[in-house]
Amino acid sequence: MKRTGRGFWRLMMALALALSLGMDAAMAEYADVVLNSQAEAQGVRPVIYPHWFHRIRFRCKVCHNELGFQMKVGANNIDMNKILDGKFCGMCHNGDVAWGTEFCDRCHSGLPGLKTGIRGGSKSTGPGEY
Amino acid sequence: MNALLKWLAVIWAVLLWSAAPLPAVAGPEKWTPLEKDGLHDPQGPAIHELQQPGEALSQMPPDSVGNQVRWVEALRKGVINPRTNILPETKIQVLDQDLIYGNTGDNWFVLFPHKAHTEWLDCANCHEGVFKSKFGATGFKMMDILAGKACGQCHGAVSFPLTECRRCHSIDPGTFKGKLGPQQAAGGKP
Repeated sequence: MKRTGRGFWRLMMALALALSLGMDAAMAEYADVVLNSQAEAQGVRPVIYPHWFHRIRFRCKVCHNELGFQMKVGANNIDMNKILDGKFCGMCHNGDVAWGTEFCDRCHSGLPGLKTGIRGGSKSTGPGEY
Repeated sequence: MNALLKWLAVIWAVLLWSAAPLPAVAGPEKWTPLEKDGLHDPQGPAIHELQQPGEALSQMPPDSVGNQVRWVEALRKGVINPRTNILPETKIQVLDQDLIYGNTGDNWFVLFPHKAHTEWLDCANCHEGVFKSKFGATGFKMMDILAGKACGQCHGAVSFPLTECRRCHSIDPGTFKGKLGPQQAAGGKP
């Protein structure tokens, strides 16, 4: 118990709280992102962005450096016009690097009513502002 | 009162840890199919055109947390070879330098491997925004990380979660004889 002081116990409690808060979304794959600030309002399904699928094919630096995606869900203000202009998703989803924008339903694949945010099981959702 | 809270926290944590999925099964059934994941609409017209997590992730080095995959190991072993850039002019930088943080309170010291991080990320993803380049100049605490700041911007969201204390707090202060800060010789733990 020599190295186990107050800070440790506070940390344990914070961690336990964080874990139990994250438990309700324990089905989706770790780091799946829901994007629905505009999709449903425009009459299409919310976008499900799977980090795992993209990580197999691209390193983080491609999207978060070259393509300019900020590392915070909802911070990028993406809309379909920007994608069609070749920005954000449109840097790759142009029928050249990856499938083009005519395959609407591959990205707009979410259940109605989902809220924008990062999801996923296997102890993912931390308490923070991701 | 304080002692009671402590023991409640321990019991709570143990229960949560024991409820975590075990890494024993390696088949695709370890991963939830898209149509049952609570996010994808099973009625979506393109649902069957999408790759299933189990199909891809069961081929990779297993883990017990996150995507249940050791991403750094998968990259190093060549199981996956994700692209480093789209634009031909982008400079790819990998830094092989470990940092050892000593100001860790009750916990073990932290070994931060630049190599594992820069194999995935660009320098600009952390410097100078999230972290200042000068060692020790940023000043962050574990509580900041738990709140999604500093390391917590990725760890707990997309890279291995904050339940895995010993993956970062990997240096026993009782036996550590070296110097804190940037290490001369590279090639620490991945």
